[in-house]
Amino acid sequence: MIRRKLERRDFLKISVAASGGLLIGFRFPGISALASAQSSPEQHASATTFMPNAFVRIGTDERITVIVNHSEMGQGVYTSLPMLLADELDADWSKVGFEAAPVDPKYNHPAFGIQMTGGSSSVYSGLQQFREAGAAARALLIAAAAQQWNVDAAACLTESGAVFNKKGQKLTYGHLATAAAKLPPPEHVQLKDPKTFKLIGKPIKRLDTPEKLNGEAVFGIDVKLPGMLTAVITRPPIFGATMKSFDDSRARSMPGVKKIVAIPAGVAVIADTFWQAKTARDALRVEWDEGSMQNFNTTEMMHQFRERAKSPGTRVRKDGDATAALASAAKKIEAVYEVPYLSHLMMEPLNCAVDLRGDSCEVWTGSQFQTIDRANAAKIAGLPPEKVQLHTTFLGGGFGRRANPQSDFVVEAVHVAKAAGVPVKVIWTREEDMAGGWYRPAFLHAIEGGIDASGNAVSWRSRLVGQSIMAGTLFAAVMMKGKDYDPASVEGVDDLPYEIPNLTVESHQAEIKVPVQWLRSVGHSHTAFATECFVDELAGLAQKDPYEFRRALLQKHPRHLGVLDLAAQKAGWGKPLPKGMGRGIAVHFAFESYSAHVAEVSVEDGNVRVHRMVCAIDCGQYVNPGIIAAQTEGGAIFGASAALFQELTFENGRLRQTNFNTFPVMRMNECPQIETHIVDNHEKSGGIGEPGVPCAAPAIANAIFAATGKRIRKLPIRLSEAV
Amino acid sequence: MVGFSVNGKRVNLDVDPSTPLLWVIREQLGLTGTKYGCGMAQCGACTVHLNGEAVRSCVAPVSRAGGKSVTTIEGLSPDLSHPLQRAWLEEDVPQCGYCQSGQLMSAAVLLREKPKPTDEDIDEAMTGNICRCGTYPRIRKAIHRAAEMVAKGGAR
Repeated sequence: MIRRKLERRDFLKISVAASGGLLIGFRFPGISALASAQSSPEQHASATTFMPNAFVRIGTDERITVIVNHSEMGQGVYTSLPMLLADELDADWSKVGFEAAPVDPKYNHPAFGIQMTGGSSSVYSGLQQFREAGAAARALLIAAAAQQWNVDAAACLTESGAVFNKKGQKLTYGHLATAAAKLPPPEHVQLKDPKTFKLIGKPIKRLDTPEKLNGEAVFGIDVKLPGMLTAVITRPPIFGATMKSFDDSRARSMPGVKKIVAIPAGVAVIADTFWQAKTARDALRVEWDEGSMQNFNTTEMMHQFRERAKSPGTRVRKDGDATAALASAAKKIEAVYEVPYLSHLMMEPLNCAVDLRGDSCEVWTGSQFQTIDRANAAKIAGLPPEKVQLHTTFLGGGFGRRANPQSDFVVEAVHVAKAAGVPVKVIWTREEDMAGGWYRPAFLHAIEGGIDASGNAVSWRSRLVGQSIMAGTLFAAVMMKGKDYDPASVEGVDDLPYEIPNLTVESHQAEIKVPVQWLRSVGHSHTAFATECFVDELAGLAQKDPYEFRRALLQKHPRHLGVLDLAAQKAGWGKPLPKGMGRGIAVHFAFESYSAHVAEVSVEDGNVRVHRMVCAIDCGQYVNPGIIAAQTEGGAIFGASAALFQELTFENGRLRQTNFNTFPVMRMNECPQIETHIVDNHEKSGGIGEPGVPCAAPAIANAIFAATGKRIRKLPIRLSEAV
Repeated sequence: MVGFSVNGKRVNLDVDPSTPLLWVIREQLGLTGTKYGCGMAQCGACTVHLNGEAVRSCVAPVSRAGGKSVTTIEGLSPDLSHPLQRAWLEEDVPQCGYCQSGQLMSAAVLLREKPKPTDEDIDEAMTGNICRCGTYPRIRKAIHRAAEMVAKGGAR
């Protein structure tokens, strides 16, 4: 049992409903009632609801609304976080709904201090917060019932949305809401013994599924405001290019066009509809000053990275003396791994709707970065942040792109709204979304390793070259913590768990004007590929089985071993496969969770096909195993897509990929059979949105080696480039 | 003027006939369940039925719908009762959910044409629909499950 004193300020006063205005948005699952997105959750709390704290509202109609401070982008937070609260509340789950939190400091991420969704941290950072909120509400409902029955609160029990006593009396939460609202908040809350959880740990169905099956779910792109216009923007063809002039003589007179205006992001065409805006945008003629990136090309960049890796970089980690140990090793091997720029490529292209009035501004978008987006919108609108309301819609995928330090897609929409004078929604075409930057940076890993005469790994030296995603952002100070390298570049190599006595990690930071950002699993998306492929190469050098080789180096890391063994066992590691097929294994720790994958692939006529992926995941004490399995499967597919198909390349400063035909995503006919096995333990909870990604690429690459004897050292995988 | 029926309702619209059906459905008719993903029939998020056939509405000019019957996700069933919607609920398929309207509309044609689809049938019918979240394994299970429901009766 956990007892913790609650701060008085955690509790909100009940206020009378003052809603009204625009109705968009957030439906209770299975119920068609609309919540007004224009009012705050407290304003919703009225004579008919009881809002004991910022995270829950209880209606006299028995409805329990959980206000969720993290964005729903597919990872299930509109279900897992309400589960935490509802379990402590002893709510009737069939009455539980969700609502997106408005922007307010009380909804800040407990660790990051701003309202945001990222780092696979929603559940583990919200664990305490949501459980306490539920327990506090329950205490007040019990107090209200005890008062009515004139009994001691300790004599009351709760179950399924009602308070009971030993005399067999029962009062539902809805009946108690009004009385409970008049009581002072409890000094302490008592959390449940995990053994008595009714929801936590069970594969509860997602609350947001029904509205995603009939078209009702509102994504940013679906927001419609009265009198709203739509804008499409021409953006520079090269990063850093600036507009010299534009000719809108044709576009101006095209149907539906209301205004064409230069903004810092480019030239915006504002029209009645998207198609009119896009058609007119395509008729614009813009002359650009191409700037310093006009000769940029990625082939040359990777060549420069390779050269740079020949000299020592900034020291990240140094155990023993890797250089000396390499010199005296019985056998050694060198490998250079390359990964390209990647696009997040959410299914829903970026968009943002803005209603800018004289003294207020409302923004509707799928944001992962509410505090920052609101502050940046306020700056452009010339208003204090409190005058800007940001409404978080469903996100049609996020993967980190909608957490942009500069709020690029929000800021430009406010600029457009200023020019439009009426509500306006900016929609990016797929091509603009892909060319818009903020990619996963390209990286090169140069690794040298050695083994002794008995085949034990004795030395490892990793040198990384790539752009920092933190440098130059307002996160640099916090995230880099005085280090002279970017931890996000080296995460997953800096904490390499293998017991190798001489281990050096060095980082070279490349300065390139391609905007880069976190993409699902961030640094781990490339470090796991390089390290897990290289461990396999060392195993090959030692003529040992790659699974056993890893086991021997992980003896002091039981949770790594746990997932490694589980994946190997479930995959039937060691059992013979037909000719032309191979199995590969990888293990990695990221976002406080441990993950291992075994991939089975075939290589036939130069084509790689992934047949099966067995995933083991240890995320400690878990909340919803159904969602964990979905995230792990999805993560494996996300990682496999990148491994097999995806790269962004530049020639003369211009991006060569434009849409799904040139930047492919794995499709149904390419999708392997995937199994997820979850480790059952009571360790501290870890993340789940990202840990499924990193192991996919190395497991597949290692399986290709098993099938063909060829090493994959560059992504996306091309057999012609295997060595 | 272009006239056609949408989810059983007759509409007559004053719209440029070259406008893609997708944007007419979303903007003129306000049916936003049909999604924009690529604009070039690559991802399937915009899939609707035109006289019962699955079409990518992002590349179909609205003139092509003239005199025909269009069904969007909003018209698949009035109450989530279509066997595919029920199976999607049971398998808890969606993650972000953005592509799911298109997935369901493609699957609905498959199930009508092939009430007992094989995995190969599913590959063929569903490969035009991209899901970035990676819900394919669950979509496959849900289609098989819906086929079982139909076979056992009790479903439309």
